[in-house]
Amino acid sequence: MSTRQLLAVSSPLPASGPARPLRRGRLRRADLAWGVAFVAPYAAVLLAFVLYPFGYALWLARTPALYSELVGDPLYLPTLLNTLLFVGLGVNVKMFLALLLSGFFLSRRWWIRALLAIYLLPWLIAAAQAGVSFHWMLIDQRGLIDGLLSALFGVEGPLWLNDRALAVGANIVAYVWKWMPFWTVIFLAARMTIPREIYDAATVDGATGVRRFLHVTLPLLANLYLVCTLLSTLWTLGDFTTVYLVSMGAPTGHSHVLATLGFRYAFDSGRPALGVAAVMSVLPILIPLAIVLMRRFQLSEVRL
Amino acid sequence: MRAPTRSRDRLRRLATGAGSALLALLLLIWSLLPVYNMLLIALDPEEGEVEFAGNLWPPEPSLQSFVEVVTQDARYLENFWQQFGNSLVIGVATTVLTVAIGSLASFAVGHLRLGKGRLLTNTALLTYAIPASFLIVPYYRIVHAYGLSDTLWGVVAAQVAFATPFAVLILQLYARLIPAELDDAARVDGASPVQVYLRIYLPVMTPALAVAALYALLLAWNDYLYQAVLLLPRHATFGMTQGNLFADTDAEWNAMMAAGIIYVLPPIVLLLALRRHVAASLAMVSAGV
Repeated sequence: MSTRQLLAVSSPLPASGPARPLRRGRLRRADLAWGVAFVAPYAAVLLAFVLYPFGYALWLARTPALYSELVGDPLYLPTLLNTLLFVGLGVNVKMFLALLLSGFFLSRRWWIRALLAIYLLPWLIAAAQAGVSFHWMLIDQRGLIDGLLSALFGVEGPLWLNDRALAVGANIVAYVWKWMPFWTVIFLAARMTIPREIYDAATVDGATGVRRFLHVTLPLLANLYLVCTLLSTLWTLGDFTTVYLVSMGAPTGHSHVLATLGFRYAFDSGRPALGVAAVMSVLPILIPLAIVLMRRFQLSEVRL
Repeated sequence: MRAPTRSRDRLRRLATGAGSALLALLLLIWSLLPVYNMLLIALDPEEGEVEFAGNLWPPEPSLQSFVEVVTQDARYLENFWQQFGNSLVIGVATTVLTVAIGSLASFAVGHLRLGKGRLLTNTALLTYAIPASFLIVPYYRIVHAYGLSDTLWGVVAAQVAFATPFAVLILQLYARLIPAELDDAARVDGASPVQVYLRIYLPVMTPALAVAALYALLLAWNDYLYQAVLLLPRHATFGMTQGNLFADTDAEWNAMMAAGIIYVLPPIVLLLALRRHVAASLAMVSAGV
Protein backbone atom coordinates (compact mmCIF):
# COMPACT_ATOMS: atom_id res chain seq x y z
CA MET A 1 0.00 0.00 0.00
CA SER A 2 1.82 2.86 1.53
CA THR A 3 5.15 4.08 0.39
CA ARG A 4 4.66 3.79 -3.33
CA GLN A 5 1.26 5.44 -3.21
CA LEU A 6 2.65 8.18 -1.06
CA LEU A 7 5.48 8.73 -3.49
CA ALA A 8 2.91 9.20 -6.21
CA VAL A 9 1.09 11.94 -4.32
CA SER A 10 4.09 13.54 -2.69
CA SER A 11 6.08 16.49 -3.93
CA PRO A 12 8.82 15.75 -6.47
CA LEU A 13 11.58 16.86 -4.08
CA PRO A 14 14.51 14.45 -3.96
CA ALA A 15 14.32 12.35 -0.83
CA SER A 16 17.99 11.66 -0.34
CA GLY A 17 21.37 13.32 -0.50
CA PRO A 18 22.77 16.26 1.39
CA ALA A 19 19.42 18.08 1.47
CA ARG A 20 18.14 15.67 4.10
CA PRO A 21 19.30 17.23 7.39
CA LEU A 22 17.94 20.58 6.30
CA ARG A 23 14.57 19.11 5.41
CA ARG A 24 14.47 17.34 8.70
CA GLY A 25 15.00 20.56 10.61
CA ARG A 26 12.35 22.35 8.64
CA LEU A 27 9.93 19.49 9.02
CA ARG A 28 10.41 19.46 12.73
CA ARG A 29 9.12 23.00 13.05
CA ALA A 30 6.27 22.23 10.68
CA ASP A 31 5.65 19.05 12.65
CA LEU A 32 5.19 21.04 15.80
CA ALA A 33 2.48 23.13 14.18
CA TRP A 34 0.80 20.00 12.82
CA GLY A 35 1.15 18.28 16.18
CA VAL A 36 -0.54 21.12 17.99
CA ALA A 37 -3.31 21.15 15.39
CA PHE A 38 -3.82 17.39 15.78
CA VAL A 39 -3.96 17.50 19.57
CA ALA A 40 -6.13 20.63 19.70
CA PRO A 41 -9.54 18.87 19.43
CA TYR A 42 -8.66 16.50 22.27
CA ALA A 43 -7.35 19.31 24.44
CA ALA A 44 -10.45 21.38 23.72
CA VAL A 45 -12.85 18.56 24.64
CA LEU A 46 -10.88 17.78 27.78
CA LEU A 47 -10.81 21.41 28.83
CA ALA A 48 -14.41 22.26 28.02
CA PHE A 49 -16.14 19.07 29.13
CA VAL A 50 -13.96 17.53 31.84
CA LEU A 51 -11.64 20.05 33.47
CA TYR A 52 -14.06 22.97 33.49
CA PRO A 53 -16.91 20.92 35.03
CA PHE A 54 -14.41 19.49 37.50
CA GLY A 55 -13.24 22.93 38.55
CA TYR A 56 -16.86 24.04 38.76
CA ALA A 57 -17.64 21.03 40.94
CA LEU A 58 -14.80 21.89 43.32
CA TRP A 59 -16.05 25.45 43.48
CA LEU A 60 -19.64 24.33 44.17
CA ALA A 61 -18.49 22.00 46.93
CA ARG A 62 -16.05 24.45 48.54
CA THR A 63 -18.05 25.33 51.67
CA PRO A 64 -16.96 23.31 54.73
CA ALA A 65 -20.48 23.59 56.12
CA LEU A 66 -21.68 21.26 53.38
CA TYR A 67 -19.50 18.46 54.72
CA SER A 68 -20.67 18.80 58.30
CA GLU A 69 -24.21 18.71 56.94
CA LEU A 70 -23.34 15.54 55.02
CA VAL A 71 -21.96 13.77 58.07
CA GLY A 72 -25.06 14.90 59.96
CA ASP A 73 -27.34 13.24 57.41
CA PRO A 74 -28.31 9.79 58.73
CA LEU A 75 -28.09 8.46 55.14
CA TYR A 76 -24.54 9.59 54.40
CA LEU A 77 -22.52 7.12 56.48
CA PRO A 78 -24.63 4.09 55.51
CA THR A 79 -24.17 5.22 51.90
CA LEU A 80 -20.40 5.33 52.34
CA LEU A 81 -20.51 1.80 53.70
CA ASN A 82 -22.73 0.67 50.80
CA THR A 83 -20.32 2.26 48.34
CA LEU A 84 -17.42 0.47 49.98
CA LEU A 85 -19.27 -2.86 49.75
CA PHE A 86 -20.50 -2.24 46.23
CA VAL A 87 -17.07 -1.29 44.91
CA GLY A 88 -14.96 -3.55 47.11
CA LEU A 89 -17.00 -6.72 46.69
CA GLY A 90 -18.31 -5.95 43.22
CA VAL A 91 -14.96 -5.18 41.62
CA ASN A 92 -12.95 -7.92 43.30
CA VAL A 93 -15.47 -10.72 42.87
CA LYS A 94 -15.98 -9.69 39.26
CA MET A 95 -12.27 -9.46 38.44
CA PHE A 96 -11.34 -12.70 40.15
CA LEU A 97 -14.15 -14.67 38.51
CA ALA A 98 -13.30 -13.06 35.17
CA LEU A 99 -9.69 -14.18 35.57
CA LEU A 100 -10.73 -17.76 36.36
CA LEU A 101 -13.37 -17.92 33.65
CA SER A 102 -10.97 -16.59 31.03
CA GLY A 103 -9.07 -19.86 31.52
CA PHE A 104 -12.24 -21.84 30.96
CA PHE A 105 -13.04 -19.96 27.75
CA LEU A 106 -9.56 -20.62 26.42
CA SER A 107 -10.78 -24.06 25.44
CA ARG A 108 -11.22 -24.67 21.73
CA ARG A 109 -14.17 -27.02 22.11
CA TRP A 110 -17.07 -25.85 19.98
CA TRP A 111 -19.65 -25.76 22.76
CA ILE A 112 -17.45 -23.60 24.96
CA ARG A 113 -16.92 -21.17 22.10
CA ALA A 114 -20.68 -21.05 21.52
CA LEU A 115 -21.18 -20.47 25.23
CA LEU A 116 -18.79 -17.51 25.05
CA ALA A 117 -21.11 -15.77 22.60
CA ILE A 118 -24.02 -16.12 25.04
CA TYR A 119 -21.82 -15.20 27.99
CA LEU A 120 -20.96 -11.88 26.28
CA LEU A 121 -24.62 -10.91 25.98
CA PRO A 122 -24.82 -8.98 29.29
CA TRP A 123 -21.98 -6.75 28.10
CA LEU A 124 -24.01 -5.76 25.04
CA ILE A 125 -27.29 -5.15 26.86
CA ALA A 126 -27.55 -1.49 27.84
CA ALA A 127 -27.13 -0.87 31.56
CA ALA A 128 -30.61 0.66 31.82
CA GLN A 129 -32.33 -2.39 30.34
CA ALA A 130 -30.27 -4.75 32.46
CA GLY A 131 -31.11 -2.79 35.60
CA VAL A 132 -34.81 -2.73 34.79
CA SER A 133 -34.84 -6.47 34.18
CA PHE A 134 -33.10 -7.18 37.49
CA HIS A 135 -35.53 -4.87 39.25
CA TRP A 136 -38.54 -6.73 37.84
CA MET A 137 -37.01 -10.09 38.76
CA LEU A 138 -36.77 -9.04 42.40
CA ILE A 139 -39.78 -6.85 42.85
CA ASP A 140 -42.69 -7.90 45.02
CA GLN A 141 -42.87 -11.60 45.85
CA ARG A 142 -43.91 -12.60 42.39
CA GLY A 143 -40.82 -11.71 40.40
CA LEU A 144 -39.00 -14.42 38.49
CA ILE A 145 -36.53 -15.20 41.28
CA ASP A 146 -39.15 -15.74 43.95
CA GLY A 147 -41.25 -17.58 41.38
CA LEU A 148 -38.35 -19.96 40.72
CA LEU A 149 -37.66 -20.39 44.42
CA SER A 150 -41.21 -21.46 45.14
CA ALA A 151 -41.48 -23.66 42.03
CA LEU A 152 -38.17 -25.46 42.55
CA PHE A 153 -37.79 -25.60 46.31
CA GLY A 154 -41.22 -24.66 47.63
CA VAL A 155 -39.60 -21.81 49.51
CA GLU A 156 -41.33 -18.50 49.89
CA GLY A 157 -38.75 -15.99 48.70
CA PRO A 158 -37.95 -12.82 50.58
CA LEU A 159 -38.96 -9.30 49.66
CA TRP A 160 -35.55 -8.59 48.19
CA LEU A 161 -35.77 -4.84 48.06
CA ASN A 162 -37.22 -4.45 51.55
CA ASP A 163 -34.03 -5.50 53.25
CA ARG A 164 -30.88 -3.41 53.15
CA ALA A 165 -28.42 -6.29 52.93
CA LEU A 166 -30.42 -8.07 50.23
CA ALA A 167 -30.87 -4.85 48.25
CA VAL A 168 -27.14 -4.02 48.35
CA GLY A 169 -26.41 -7.65 47.44
CA ALA A 170 -28.82 -7.45 44.50
CA ASN A 171 -27.05 -4.35 43.23
CA ILE A 172 -23.70 -6.11 43.45
CA VAL A 173 -24.96 -9.21 41.65
CA ALA A 174 -26.51 -7.13 38.87
CA TYR A 175 -23.26 -5.19 38.56
CA VAL A 176 -21.15 -8.37 38.35
CA TRP A 177 -23.57 -9.80 35.77
CA LYS A 178 -23.31 -6.73 33.57
CA TRP A 179 -19.53 -6.15 33.68
CA MET A 180 -17.86 -9.54 34.17
CA PRO A 181 -17.94 -10.44 30.45
CA PHE A 182 -15.97 -7.34 29.44
CA TRP A 183 -13.07 -8.12 31.78
CA THR A 184 -13.21 -11.80 30.89
CA VAL A 185 -12.58 -10.81 27.28
CA ILE A 186 -9.59 -8.70 28.35
CA PHE A 187 -8.06 -11.56 30.36
CA LEU A 188 -8.91 -14.07 27.65
CA ALA A 189 -7.03 -11.93 25.12
CA ALA A 190 -4.06 -11.71 27.49
CA ARG A 191 -4.00 -15.47 28.11
CA MET A 192 -4.04 -16.16 24.39
CA THR A 193 -0.71 -14.37 24.08
CA ILE A 194 1.01 -16.63 26.64
CA PRO A 195 3.15 -18.97 24.52
CA ARG A 196 2.13 -22.62 24.60
CA GLU A 197 5.77 -23.60 25.31
CA ILE A 198 5.72 -21.97 28.72
CA TYR A 199 2.85 -24.23 29.77
CA ASP A 200 4.51 -27.23 28.19
CA ALA A 201 7.68 -26.53 30.14
CA ALA A 202 5.67 -26.17 33.33
CA THR A 203 3.96 -29.49 32.68
CA VAL A 204 7.31 -31.17 32.19
CA ASP A 205 8.35 -29.74 35.56
CA GLY A 206 5.27 -31.33 37.04
CA ALA A 207 3.11 -28.23 37.47
CA THR A 208 -0.50 -28.84 36.54
CA GLY A 209 -3.89 -27.43 37.46
CA VAL A 210 -3.84 -25.07 40.39
CA ARG A 211 -0.05 -24.95 40.60
CA ARG A 212 0.23 -24.05 36.94
CA PHE A 213 -2.28 -21.24 37.48
CA LEU A 214 -0.46 -19.95 40.57
CA HIS A 215 3.09 -20.18 39.26
CA VAL A 216 2.72 -19.53 35.53
CA THR A 217 -0.50 -17.70 34.64
CA LEU A 218 -0.79 -15.47 37.68
CA PRO A 219 2.72 -13.94 37.59
CA LEU A 220 2.36 -13.26 33.87
CA LEU A 221 -1.00 -11.56 34.27
CA ALA A 222 -0.33 -9.85 37.59
CA ASN A 223 0.38 -6.38 36.25
CA LEU A 224 -2.56 -6.45 33.85
CA TYR A 225 -4.82 -7.70 36.64
CA LEU A 226 -3.75 -4.86 38.92
CA VAL A 227 -4.15 -2.17 36.26
CA CYS A 228 -7.59 -3.50 35.30
CA THR A 229 -8.70 -3.69 38.93
CA LEU A 230 -7.66 -0.09 39.57
CA LEU A 231 -9.36 1.15 36.41
CA SER A 232 -12.48 -0.81 37.23
CA THR A 233 -12.51 0.55 40.79
CA LEU A 234 -12.52 4.11 39.46
CA TRP A 235 -15.26 3.34 36.95
CA THR A 236 -17.37 1.48 39.49
CA LEU A 237 -17.27 4.31 42.01
CA GLY A 238 -19.10 6.30 39.35
CA ASP A 239 -21.65 3.58 38.54
CA PHE A 240 -25.00 5.31 38.81
CA THR A 241 -27.31 3.25 36.62
CA THR A 242 -27.06 -0.09 38.40
CA VAL A 243 -28.05 1.13 41.83
CA TYR A 244 -30.53 3.71 40.53
CA LEU A 245 -32.50 1.12 38.57
CA VAL A 246 -32.02 -2.17 40.44
CA SER A 247 -32.71 -1.21 44.05
CA MET A 248 -33.57 2.48 43.50
CA GLY A 249 -32.09 3.07 46.93
CA ALA A 250 -34.81 0.96 48.56
CA PRO A 251 -35.56 0.35 51.39
CA THR A 252 -36.08 4.05 52.14
CA GLY A 253 -32.75 5.20 50.75
CA HIS A 254 -30.66 2.65 52.64
CA SER A 255 -29.02 0.96 49.64
CA HIS A 256 -27.78 4.14 47.94
CA VAL A 257 -24.20 4.57 46.80
CA LEU A 258 -22.55 7.98 46.59
CA ALA A 259 -23.39 8.49 42.92
CA THR A 260 -27.11 7.94 43.50
CA LEU A 261 -27.20 9.80 46.83
CA GLY A 262 -25.56 12.80 45.20
CA PHE A 263 -28.16 12.66 42.43
CA ARG A 264 -30.93 12.52 45.02
CA TYR A 265 -29.61 15.59 46.86
CA ALA A 266 -29.09 17.51 43.65
CA PHE A 267 -32.21 16.72 41.66
CA ASP A 268 -34.83 15.39 44.11
CA SER A 269 -34.09 17.67 47.06
CA GLY A 270 -32.92 20.60 44.94
CA ARG A 271 -29.56 20.87 46.75
CA PRO A 272 -27.01 20.80 43.90
CA ALA A 273 -24.07 21.93 46.05
CA LEU A 274 -24.77 19.23 48.62
CA GLY A 275 -25.02 16.64 45.84
CA VAL A 276 -21.63 17.67 44.48
CA ALA A 277 -20.13 17.67 47.99
CA ALA A 278 -21.40 14.13 48.53
CA VAL A 279 -19.52 12.73 45.54
CA MET A 280 -16.48 14.98 45.96
CA SER A 281 -16.06 13.67 49.51
CA VAL A 282 -14.34 10.56 48.07
CA LEU A 283 -11.81 12.61 46.11
CA PRO A 284 -9.10 11.84 48.71
CA ILE A 285 -9.49 8.18 47.69
CA LEU A 286 -9.90 8.75 43.96
CA ILE A 287 -6.77 10.80 43.35
CA PRO A 288 -4.27 8.36 44.95
CA LEU A 289 -5.91 5.53 43.00
CA ALA A 290 -5.46 7.41 39.74
CA ILE A 291 -1.83 8.18 40.60
CA VAL A 292 -1.07 4.52 41.37
CA LEU A 293 -2.72 3.62 38.07
CA MET A 294 -0.53 6.12 36.24
CA ARG A 295 2.59 4.69 37.88
CA ARG A 296 1.67 1.14 36.87
CA PHE A 297 1.23 2.20 33.28
CA GLN A 298 4.61 3.91 33.24
CA LEU A 299 6.18 0.86 34.81
CA SER A 300 4.90 -1.33 32.02
CA GLU A 301 6.18 1.22 29.53
CA VAL A 302 9.65 0.84 31.01
CA ARG A 303 9.46 -2.93 30.96
CA LEU A 304 8.62 -2.95 27.28
CA MET B 1 1.39 -51.01 36.66
CA ARG B 2 0.11 -49.23 33.55
CA ALA B 3 -3.51 -50.22 33.72
CA PRO B 4 -4.40 -48.42 36.98
CA THR B 5 -2.68 -45.22 35.82
CA ARG B 6 -4.61 -45.28 32.58
CA SER B 7 -7.92 -45.82 34.31
CA ARG B 8 -7.09 -43.09 36.79
CA ASP B 9 -6.31 -40.80 33.85
CA ARG B 10 -9.59 -41.65 32.25
CA LEU B 11 -11.40 -41.02 35.50
CA ARG B 12 -9.72 -37.66 35.84
CA ARG B 13 -10.61 -36.71 32.28
CA LEU B 14 -14.19 -37.75 32.91
CA ALA B 15 -14.33 -35.62 36.06
CA THR B 16 -12.88 -32.64 34.20
CA GLY B 17 -15.45 -33.08 31.44
CA ALA B 18 -18.30 -33.27 33.92
CA GLY B 19 -16.97 -30.22 35.75
CA SER B 20 -16.77 -28.24 32.51
CA ALA B 21 -20.29 -29.25 31.56
CA LEU B 22 -21.61 -28.24 34.98
CA LEU B 23 -19.80 -24.90 34.83
CA ALA B 24 -21.13 -24.33 31.33
CA LEU B 25 -24.68 -25.00 32.53
CA LEU B 26 -24.28 -22.60 35.45
CA LEU B 27 -22.87 -19.90 33.18
CA LEU B 28 -25.71 -20.42 30.73
CA ILE B 29 -28.33 -19.91 33.44
CA TRP B 30 -26.42 -16.98 34.94
CA SER B 31 -26.08 -15.19 31.60
CA LEU B 32 -29.57 -15.84 30.34
CA LEU B 33 -31.79 -15.47 33.41
CA PRO B 34 -32.23 -11.67 33.20
CA VAL B 35 -32.57 -11.96 29.42
CA TYR B 36 -35.19 -14.64 29.88
CA ASN B 37 -36.99 -12.36 32.32
CA MET B 38 -37.19 -9.70 29.62
CA LEU B 39 -38.53 -12.26 27.13
CA LEU B 40 -40.98 -13.66 29.67
CA ILE B 41 -42.57 -10.26 30.17
CA ALA B 42 -42.31 -9.27 26.51
CA LEU B 43 -44.00 -12.43 25.24
CA ASP B 44 -47.10 -11.97 27.35
CA PRO B 45 -49.95 -10.48 25.36
CA GLU B 46 -51.76 -9.17 28.42
CA GLU B 47 -50.03 -6.06 29.65
CA GLY B 48 -48.83 -5.92 33.19
CA GLU B 49 -49.73 -9.47 34.16
CA VAL B 50 -46.70 -11.67 34.03
CA GLU B 51 -44.44 -9.49 36.10
CA PHE B 52 -46.82 -9.75 39.01
CA ALA B 53 -48.17 -13.26 38.50
CA GLY B 54 -45.14 -15.30 39.46
CA ASN B 55 -45.28 -17.21 36.16
CA LEU B 56 -42.20 -19.01 34.94
CA TRP B 57 -43.49 -19.26 31.40
CA PRO B 58 -45.85 -16.89 29.57
CA PRO B 59 -49.28 -18.61 29.62
CA GLU B 60 -50.06 -17.60 26.05
CA PRO B 61 -46.79 -16.58 24.43
CA SER B 62 -47.30 -14.08 21.62
CA LEU B 63 -45.23 -11.61 19.68
CA GLN B 64 -47.98 -9.03 19.91
CA SER B 65 -45.96 -6.66 22.10
CA PHE B 66 -43.12 -6.66 19.58
CA VAL B 67 -45.62 -5.76 16.86
CA GLU B 68 -46.99 -2.98 19.07
CA VAL B 69 -43.52 -1.56 19.58
CA VAL B 70 -42.57 -1.73 15.91
CA THR B 71 -45.84 -0.11 14.83
CA GLN B 72 -45.63 2.38 17.72
CA ASP B 73 -48.99 1.29 19.15
CA ALA B 74 -47.90 0.84 22.74
CA ARG B 75 -48.70 3.48 25.33
CA TYR B 76 -45.71 5.77 26.04
CA LEU B 77 -43.92 4.31 23.04
CA GLU B 78 -45.72 6.30 20.34
CA ASN B 79 -42.35 7.74 19.32
CA PHE B 80 -40.33 4.57 19.66
CA TRP B 81 -38.48 4.89 16.36
CA GLN B 82 -37.68 8.52 17.00
CA GLN B 83 -36.30 7.56 20.41
CA PHE B 84 -34.37 4.71 18.87
CA GLY B 85 -33.05 7.17 16.29
CA ASN B 86 -31.97 9.58 19.02
CA SER B 87 -30.01 6.80 20.71
CA LEU B 88 -28.44 5.88 17.39
CA VAL B 89 -27.45 9.49 16.70
CA ILE B 90 -25.86 9.76 20.15
CA GLY B 91 -24.13 6.39 19.74
CA VAL B 92 -22.83 6.95 16.22
CA ALA B 93 -21.75 10.55 16.82
CA THR B 94 -19.94 9.54 20.02
CA THR B 95 -18.20 6.69 18.22
CA VAL B 96 -17.09 8.72 15.20
CA LEU B 97 -15.94 11.73 17.21
CA THR B 98 -14.12 9.61 19.80
CA VAL B 99 -12.23 7.67 17.14
CA ALA B 100 -11.38 10.84 15.18
CA ILE B 101 -10.27 12.97 18.12
CA GLY B 102 -8.49 10.13 19.90
CA SER B 103 -6.57 8.98 16.82
CA LEU B 104 -5.51 12.51 15.87
CA ALA B 105 -4.14 13.10 19.36
CA SER B 106 -2.30 9.77 19.60
CA PHE B 107 -0.88 10.19 16.11
CA ALA B 108 0.45 13.61 17.01
CA VAL B 109 2.13 12.35 20.16
CA GLY B 110 3.52 9.14 18.78
CA HIS B 111 4.54 10.07 15.27
CA LEU B 112 5.07 13.80 15.05
CA ARG B 113 7.56 13.55 17.90
CA LEU B 114 5.46 16.01 19.82
CA GLY B 115 7.16 15.94 23.19
CA LYS B 116 5.26 15.47 26.40
CA GLY B 117 3.61 12.34 25.07
CA ARG B 118 3.51 10.96 28.56
CA LEU B 119 1.60 14.05 29.66
CA LEU B 120 -1.19 13.13 27.27
CA THR B 121 -1.48 9.57 28.58
CA ASN B 122 -1.39 10.89 32.11
CA THR B 123 -4.15 13.43 31.62
CA ALA B 124 -6.09 10.64 29.95
CA LEU B 125 -5.72 8.49 33.05
CA LEU B 126 -6.36 11.37 35.41
CA THR B 127 -9.71 11.95 33.71
CA TYR B 128 -10.72 8.63 35.26
CA ALA B 129 -9.96 9.95 38.71
CA ILE B 130 -13.32 11.67 38.34
CA PRO B 131 -16.13 9.30 37.36
CA ALA B 132 -18.47 10.82 34.78
CA SER B 133 -21.51 10.57 37.02
CA PHE B 134 -19.80 12.75 39.64
CA LEU B 135 -19.77 15.70 37.26
CA ILE B 136 -23.41 15.68 36.26
CA VAL B 137 -24.43 18.74 38.32
CA PRO B 138 -21.75 21.16 37.04
CA TYR B 139 -22.09 19.63 33.59
CA TYR B 140 -25.82 20.32 33.60
CA ARG B 141 -25.13 24.01 34.21
CA ILE B 142 -22.23 24.24 31.80
CA VAL B 143 -24.26 22.76 29.00
CA HIS B 144 -26.74 25.58 29.51
CA ALA B 145 -23.91 28.08 29.29
CA TYR B 146 -22.73 26.51 26.03
CA GLY B 147 -26.25 26.70 24.61
CA LEU B 148 -26.43 22.93 24.29
CA SER B 149 -29.21 22.28 26.80
CA ASP B 150 -31.81 19.79 25.64
CA THR B 151 -29.80 18.87 22.56
CA LEU B 152 -28.38 15.49 21.67
CA TRP B 153 -25.02 17.22 21.22
CA GLY B 154 -24.84 18.06 24.91
CA VAL B 155 -25.05 14.34 25.65
CA VAL B 156 -22.64 13.46 22.84
CA ALA B 157 -20.04 15.92 24.17
CA ALA B 158 -20.13 14.30 27.60
CA GLN B 159 -19.78 10.80 26.15
CA VAL B 160 -16.93 11.86 23.86
CA ALA B 161 -15.15 13.57 26.74
CA PHE B 162 -15.21 10.36 28.79
CA ALA B 163 -14.63 7.89 25.94
CA THR B 164 -11.65 9.67 24.33
CA PRO B 165 -9.17 9.12 27.19
CA PHE B 166 -9.68 5.36 26.95
CA ALA B 167 -9.36 5.54 23.16
CA VAL B 168 -6.08 7.45 23.52
CA LEU B 169 -4.85 4.88 26.02
CA ILE B 170 -5.65 1.90 23.79
CA LEU B 171 -4.16 3.62 20.73
CA GLN B 172 -0.98 4.53 22.59
CA LEU B 173 -0.55 1.00 23.90
CA TYR B 174 -1.15 -0.44 20.46
CA ALA B 175 1.11 2.07 18.70
CA ARG B 176 4.04 1.00 20.90
CA LEU B 177 3.79 -2.42 19.32
CA ILE B 178 3.99 -1.41 15.66
CA PRO B 179 7.26 -0.35 14.05
CA ALA B 180 7.85 3.35 13.62
CA GLU B 181 10.08 2.96 10.55
CA LEU B 182 7.02 2.78 8.38
CA ASP B 183 6.07 6.41 8.70
CA ASP B 184 9.69 7.51 8.86
CA ALA B 185 10.06 6.09 5.38
CA ALA B 186 6.95 7.88 4.24
CA ARG B 187 8.13 11.12 5.77
CA VAL B 188 11.44 11.03 3.99
CA ASP B 189 9.49 10.55 0.82
CA GLY B 190 7.97 13.94 1.50
CA ALA B 191 4.42 13.09 2.53
CA SER B 192 2.65 15.62 4.73
CA PRO B 193 1.54 14.58 8.23
CA VAL B 194 -2.07 14.50 7.04
CA GLN B 195 -1.15 12.05 4.32
CA VAL B 196 0.81 9.88 6.73
CA TYR B 197 -2.12 9.95 9.14
CA LEU B 198 -4.70 9.01 6.54
CA ARG B 199 -2.74 6.56 4.44
CA ILE B 200 -0.49 4.83 6.94
CA TYR B 201 -1.50 5.48 10.52
CA LEU B 202 -5.23 4.81 10.21
CA PRO B 203 -4.92 1.56 8.19
CA VAL B 204 -2.19 0.19 10.46
CA MET B 205 -4.13 1.09 13.59
CA THR B 206 -7.45 -0.35 12.42
CA PRO B 207 -7.63 -3.09 15.10
CA ALA B 208 -7.09 -0.59 17.91
CA LEU B 209 -9.52 1.85 16.32
CA ALA B 210 -12.11 -0.94 16.31
CA VAL B 211 -11.68 -1.41 20.06
CA ALA B 212 -11.98 2.34 20.64
CA ALA B 213 -15.12 2.46 18.49
CA LEU B 214 -16.76 -0.44 20.29
CA TYR B 215 -15.89 1.06 23.66
CA ALA B 216 -17.33 4.45 22.68
CA LEU B 217 -20.56 3.00 21.34
CA LEU B 218 -21.10 0.88 24.44
CA LEU B 219 -20.34 3.83 26.71
CA ALA B 220 -22.97 5.92 24.94
CA TRP B 221 -25.38 2.98 24.81
CA ASN B 222 -24.98 2.29 28.52
CA ASP B 223 -25.40 5.88 29.57
CA TYR B 224 -28.61 6.65 31.34
CA LEU B 225 -27.75 9.51 33.68
CA TYR B 226 -26.64 12.12 31.16
CA GLN B 227 -29.59 11.45 28.88
CA ALA B 228 -32.07 11.54 31.74
CA VAL B 229 -30.73 14.80 33.13
CA LEU B 230 -29.87 16.73 29.98
CA LEU B 231 -32.71 15.82 27.64
CA LEU B 232 -36.35 16.84 27.85
CA PRO B 233 -39.06 14.34 26.85
CA ARG B 234 -39.26 15.64 23.29
CA HIS B 235 -35.67 14.54 22.73
CA ALA B 236 -36.00 11.41 24.82
CA THR B 237 -34.19 8.17 24.18
CA PHE B 238 -35.88 4.87 24.96
CA GLY B 239 -33.63 4.19 27.94
CA MET B 240 -34.83 7.45 29.45
CA THR B 241 -38.49 6.65 28.85
CA GLN B 242 -38.09 3.27 30.47
CA GLY B 243 -36.32 4.68 33.52
CA ASN B 244 -38.79 7.52 33.92
CA LEU B 245 -41.78 5.17 33.83
CA PHE B 246 -40.36 2.92 36.46
CA ALA B 247 -42.89 3.62 39.12
CA ASP B 248 -45.73 3.79 36.61
CA THR B 249 -47.87 0.67 36.73
CA ASP B 250 -49.87 2.07 33.82
CA ALA B 251 -47.01 1.54 31.41
CA GLU B 252 -47.23 -1.55 29.24
CA TRP B 253 -44.25 -3.43 30.53
CA ASN B 254 -44.50 -6.20 27.98
CA ALA B 255 -43.99 -3.60 25.25
CA MET B 256 -41.23 -1.93 27.28
CA MET B 257 -39.35 -5.22 27.52
CA ALA B 258 -39.90 -5.94 23.83
CA ALA B 259 -38.44 -2.54 23.01
CA GLY B 260 -35.52 -3.29 25.33
CA ILE B 261 -34.80 -6.48 23.41
CA ILE B 262 -34.83 -4.56 20.11
CA TYR B 263 -32.37 -2.14 21.69
CA VAL B 264 -29.75 -4.85 22.12
CA LEU B 265 -29.31 -5.22 18.38
CA PRO B 266 -27.01 -2.28 17.42
CA PRO B 267 -24.16 -3.21 19.81
CA ILE B 268 -24.43 -6.85 18.69
CA VAL B 269 -24.18 -5.82 15.04
CA LEU B 270 -21.14 -3.65 15.74
CA LEU B 271 -19.40 -6.36 17.77
CA LEU B 272 -20.00 -8.94 15.06
CA ALA B 273 -18.69 -6.56 12.41
CA LEU B 274 -15.53 -5.71 14.35
CA ARG B 275 -15.00 -9.11 15.98
CA ARG B 276 -11.68 -10.04 14.37
CA HIS B 277 -10.08 -6.62 14.83
CA VAL B 278 -11.17 -6.47 18.45
CA ALA B 279 -9.77 -9.90 19.25
CA ALA B 280 -6.46 -9.15 17.54
CA SER B 281 -5.81 -5.80 19.16
CA LEU B 282 -6.97 -6.77 22.65
CA ALA B 283 -4.47 -9.61 22.57
CA MET B 284 -1.65 -7.29 21.52
CA VAL B 285 -2.50 -4.54 23.95
CA SER B 286 -3.01 -6.74 27.00
CA ALA B 287 0.29 -8.47 26.28
CA GLY B 288 1.93 -5.06 26.40
CA VAL B 289 0.51 -3.90 29.71
